[in-house]
Amino acid sequence: MGKLGSYIRNSQVWKSIFRHGVPRDRRTRVMAIMSNVFLHLHPVTIRKSGVRLSYTWCMGGLTFFLFLAETITGILLMFYYRPTPEYAFPDIIALRSVITLGLLREIHRWGAHAMIIAIWLHMMRVFLTGSYKPPREFNWVVGVILLVLVMLLSFTGYLLPWDQLAIWAITVGSNMARATPFAGHEGPGSSLLTLGGQPLVHAGSDAKFMLLGGPLVDENALLRFYVLHCVFIPFVVVILISVHFWRVRKDGGISGPL
Amino acid sequence: MDAITQIKDWINLVSRPEIFLGAATLLFVLILVFYKQLTHPAAAIVVLLASVGGYAASMLDKNFRAIVGKPDNVPITMLLFMTGFFLWLALRQAAVNDTRMERGEPLLEGKPDDKVLVWPDLVYIEFMIACVCTIVLIVWAIAFAAPLEEPANPSIIPNPSKAPWYFLGLQEMLVYFDPWLAGVVYPSLIILGLCAIPYIDVNPKGNGYYTLKERRFAIFTWLFGFLILWVVLIVIGTFFRGPNWNFFGPYEAWDPNKAVAMVNVNLSELFWAIWLHKPMPDNPLLRELPGIVVFLGYLMLIPPLALVVRPVRRLYEKMGFIRYSLMMVLALFMALMVIKPVLRWTVDLKYIISFPEYFFNI
Repeated sequence: MGKLGSYIRNSQVWKSIFRHGVPRDRRTRVMAIMSNVFLHLHPVTIRKSGVRLSYTWCMGGLTFFLFLAETITGILLMFYYRPTPEYAFPDIIALRSVITLGLLREIHRWGAHAMIIAIWLHMMRVFLTGSYKPPREFNWVVGVILLVLVMLLSFTGYLLPWDQLAIWAITVGSNMARATPFAGHEGPGSSLLTLGGQPLVHAGSDAKFMLLGGPLVDENALLRFYVLHCVFIPFVVVILISVHFWRVRKDGGISGPL
Repeated sequence: MDAITQIKDWINLVSRPEIFLGAATLLFVLILVFYKQLTHPAAAIVVLLASVGGYAASMLDKNFRAIVGKPDNVPITMLLFMTGFFLWLALRQAAVNDTRMERGEPLLEGKPDDKVLVWPDLVYIEFMIACVCTIVLIVWAIAFAAPLEEPANPSIIPNPSKAPWYFLGLQEMLVYFDPWLAGVVYPSLIILGLCAIPYIDVNPKGNGYYTLKERRFAIFTWLFGFLILWVVLIVIGTFFRGPNWNFFGPYEAWDPNKAVAMVNVNLSELFWAIWLHKPMPDNPLLRELPGIVVFLGYLMLIPPLALVVRPVRRLYEKMGFIRYSLMMVLALFMALMVIKPVLRWTVDLKYIISFPEYFFNI
C-alpha cells in the first residue's frame, strides 16, 4: 500500500494537480494554502484567537457553508420544479413521493432556517467582540446587507411550494408594501400624488404591485419570486460575499485585541 | 383542579404580552448587571437543566405541542436555546476578561502576535464543522418533513395568517403600529441603524475581545434590541397569537370565537373629549395638534434636554453633533417600540397622531 501511495504521489498526474508534498512541515503547509484557489481565501497564518471556537462560534463560516448547501440543493430542486400555479404544487408533492431519497426539499428548507439563525448569531458575535470597530466599519455594513438578503432569500423561497402556508405568508408580508409612504396606495401621503386629478399611486401601480407583478399573490408573483430566489438575490449575495471575505483579509483578518 | 392545571393556568396568565415582555426585560437587566455571578458555570447548568426540563414537560401538553412542535416552528426552539447558550458564552468570557483586566492580567484572546498556521489548525475546524452541520441537516430532514398544506387557494383565508417566523416580531408590532410604521419605516430604520453602528460608536475600547465593562451602553442597547425587541417578539407572535391575532397562553386551546374588548382611544379623543370635555374640532390639524406637539417634542426636545445629564454631555463632546443626533433619533424610535405598547396597556391608547384620511397614523 505504501508503495502504491508513493507511486501515485510521484506520478505526473498527481504532481500536476498538487504542486507541493504532503503538508507535514511549515513550508508545505504554507504551500497548501497558497497554491489552492479555494483555500487561499484564507491567510497562511491566523491569530490564535481566530481559531478558538469560543471566540468565533464559527457562525460566519457556518452561514457560508449553509449557503453552499442551499445552492447545491437549490440547483437540484430546479430540475424538478416549474414555477407556475398549475405545476408548482404537484411538483412539490412529487419531490416527496416520486423522487428517490426525497429529502432535497427538507434539507433545503431546514438549511434556510438554520442559515437565518446562523447569520443572526454571527452578527451577535461580531457585535459582542466589538469587531465592527475601525478598521472594519464598512465590512459590518456589507454584513448587514447580506443579513437582509439572506432573510429575503428565505422569504422569496417561502412562496414557491404554492400551498396555503406559502401564499398567505407572502400575502401578509407583501401587504406591508402597500403601506409604503408615498409609494403604496394605502401609505401615508400617496393620496397627495395626483396627475391631472387622477391618483398616481393606486392598487395597479404601487410598491406592492411592483413587488408582486400584480395586485394579488398570483402567477406573476410566483414567477417573480422564483427569479428573485434562484437568480437575482443569489447573484447579489455572491458579489457581496466576495467583498465581505476580501475585506476580512484586507482589514486585518479575524479580529482580536489590538 | 389539580396542581398541574393550576400551574398551567398561571403560566397562561403571566404569558400575556405586557407581563411576558416586562418579565423578559427585567430578567435581561438582571443578567447584564449580575453577569459575573450569573454566568458562573454552575448557575448556567442549573438554568440549562431547568429550561430543558420545563420545555420537555410542556411538550406533554397538547396545545403547547401543537404550536411549538409545528415543523416550521422548530427553528424558533433552536434559536431560543442557541441564543441562550451563546449569550452565556459571550458574557462568561466578558466576565473573565473584565476580571482579568482589573487585575492587569492578559486577555483570553491573547496577543496579536500569537499566530498559528491555517493548515492544519483552521482548515481542520472548518472541515469538522461542515461535517457536523451536514449530519445535523440530514437528521433534521429525516425527522421532520417540510410542511406542505392544502394547495394555494386565494378564497380561503387562514386565521391567523402569519408571515414566516423570522418576520413575526414585526407582525407582532402591527398590534401597536400601523403597517407603514411596523412594515416599512421600522424595518428600514433597523437596517439603517445597524449600518450606522460603527460610525456612531466612537468608543475605541473593546475592539476584538469580549468585554461588558468597557462597552456597557452599546452592549445593553444592541442586546435589548436583538433579545427583547426581536427574539421575544417572535416568540410572542408565533406561540402566543392565535385566531384574529388574539392572545393565547402556551397551554391554551386556540378558540377562534374568543371575545376581546376593543376600547382603544386616540390621543386626540383623550385630550379633547375626556380631559377638556369639548367636542372634537372639525379641523383635522387642530384635532391632532396635541399629538403632533407631543410627538415632535419627543423627537426634538429630548436630545438637547438630555445634555443636562453629565455623562450624556461627555458623550456628546466625544461624538459631535451629527453622530449624537443620529444616535438619539434612532434610540428614540427604538424606545417608541416600548413606549407605545406600554401606553396601550395602561391607558388603551391607539394613536398618538391620527389622520385616517391620509393613512397617516402614529
